[in-house]
Amino acid sequence: MRLDIDSVSIMLGGREVIDDVSLTVPSGRFAALVGPNGSGKSTLLRAVYRAHRPHAGTVRLDDRDLWSIPTAHAARSVGVLMQEQHTGFEFTVAETVALGRTPHLGFFDRFTRTDRAAIAEALDRTGLTRYARRRVGELSGGERQRVLLARALAGEPRLLVLDEPTNHLDVRHQLDILELVRDLEVTVLAALHSLDLAATYADTVAVLRAGRLVAQGPAADVLTPVTIGEVFEVDATVYGDGGRLQFALRPRCVCPDRRCHWSCRHRTETVLTDAR
Amino acid sequence: MTAIVQKLPLRAVAVPYPALVAVLAATLAASVVIATGIGAVGVPAGEVVGILAHHLTGGGDGTATAEVIVWRLRFPRVLLGAVAGAGLALAGAVVQGVVRNPVADPYLLGLSHGASVGAVLVLTTGSAVVGALTLPVAAFSGATSAMAIVLAIASRQGRLLPVRLILVGVAFGHLFAGITSFVLAGTDSSAAQQQIIFWLLGGLSGTNWATLPVPAAVVVTATALLLVRARRLNALVLGEEAGAALGLDTGRMRWYLLLLVTLLTGTVVAVSGGIGFVGLIVPHLARMLVGADHRRMLPITVLLGAVFLLWADVAARTLVSPAELPIGVLTAFLGVPFFLLVMRARGLAGQEMT
Repeated sequence: MRLDIDSVSIMLGGREVIDDVSLTVPSGRFAALVGPNGSGKSTLLRAVYRAHRPHAGTVRLDDRDLWSIPTAHAARSVGVLMQEQHTGFEFTVAETVALGRTPHLGFFDRFTRTDRAAIAEALDRTGLTRYARRRVGELSGGERQRVLLARALAGEPRLLVLDEPTNHLDVRHQLDILELVRDLEVTVLAALHSLDLAATYADTVAVLRAGRLVAQGPAADVLTPVTIGEVFEVDATVYGDGGRLQFALRPRCVCPDRRCHWSCRHRTETVLTDAR
Repeated sequence: MTAIVQKLPLRAVAVPYPALVAVLAATLAASVVIATGIGAVGVPAGEVVGILAHHLTGGGDGTATAEVIVWRLRFPRVLLGAVAGAGLALAGAVVQGVVRNPVADPYLLGLSHGASVGAVLVLTTGSAVVGALTLPVAAFSGATSAMAIVLAIASRQGRLLPVRLILVGVAFGHLFAGITSFVLAGTDSSAAQQQIIFWLLGGLSGTNWATLPVPAAVVVTATALLLVRARRLNALVLGEEAGAALGLDTGRMRWYLLLLVTLLTGTVVAVSGGIGFVGLIVPHLARMLVGADHRRMLPITVLLGAVFLLWADVAARTLVSPAELPIGVLTAFLGVPFFLLVMRARGLAGQEMT
């Protein structure tokens, strides 16, 4: 399923959080969204799973406007792994994964054989079958993240939207979850914090800063020392040529017009430059 | 104490679900028969069954004392107790899901305090003499108006957000409680005061066959409607965003559910007064038995609520016989210690997770 984000702008609390962003993810491709905290990554993702309505622009799934098709219809195509808070209701793993079938429910909320098969398949793919009867609250962070992925997969989506899927995971689990996602034959749009992971797994990397798209394209073209330096305010060295990219990053404390990043005030090597 | 708490079953009990439902349904049926026999004049269970069977198979009214007591007085009251318990517990389960908070109850949104205002106004102005229905109608109008006000103020651009709902509900609950106290303090008639206090704490005295059909119909319909939507109720608990991602119109669903809760609680409160704690503790107990999945916990909630209130009412009318205790006193005495136990158990579970 192809995803087209076309000149999308999103207002939140009277502020334009996403400003005229266009991004296309071809069918079956993996696109990573990188950018500093507060750059609008989650907000942009929310527009793709209908939690925020853009005030301008369109989001299209295979050329159909996301906001003109019925809610349940859209949800059937798009699987979402988001950052989620605990609610105090203690569902089991199987019950949680079953919620992924919600958009497929008929009038009487009854499961068919197809529903059950999809749930079993999602549990199996994420290696959770033997945890099915455990309560989600009892699991480790890595297992819980897999449960959320399994819930997204249970809906048999053709587009997966992942909001920092590697959050709170150790290195091995980070790799595991992204390997799993890459091997699925679905389109993926993922917000990632790690540039290494974005470079390794994504076909396209899109860089977001303050609600605007700064660059997009193959990791090697986009994740350059200059772009990374500007967007994240770090000094970056990029290793690797054509193959696997690796990044060495240091906080940048060059302060144009004496306006420093807050963390630079206590650093000895801070360079104050006056633009005068 | 701590030892007991730690032994509370935090994991779902491994009783097969159909067996649990069957056991609870049988307990409810047996409780109805036994409770009908209990009272100032004891009637053996066998005789109760005989009398009920006679009437239910279309036999005419008899004049024997036992028959009058069983069929005219106790049976409708026992049934109303079960209906009210089921209704309040069900409403509690739904409100907890809607505000995504397992310690919410149907009264959190100002419903019962609204009903109290309606009832108190009728009791003090003496308009109760207009007809037997005045009090229930006033209480129902009070509850629904309270809910209408709370929903109107809590909603923003048609959206109902849990935290706002709770805050507005609690605030208006206090306002309505203030109005009730004001009227109560301002009335000279001690008889009216007595009546008001009794009404505020709830009670099923004076139940007859005419009281039963409306609440029974509402509770049965609501149960059916909710069971049909139980999976969506699970998804609603995940919140706005996850709901949207799962194709659920959480806003519309909250409205629909809260209207149902208003109708449910309003009808029950109208005939029983402000019985507390059933709506809070029974859904908890159900979750401890079968887990949080609404498809499994709603039927258990309904059955447990029915059995619980039915026996609380038996205690209310027998403990200080020939007088009666307000049923709210019983539910509080039984409910509070239990609630604290659940809270402590939950606290322990919470610590394990961090």
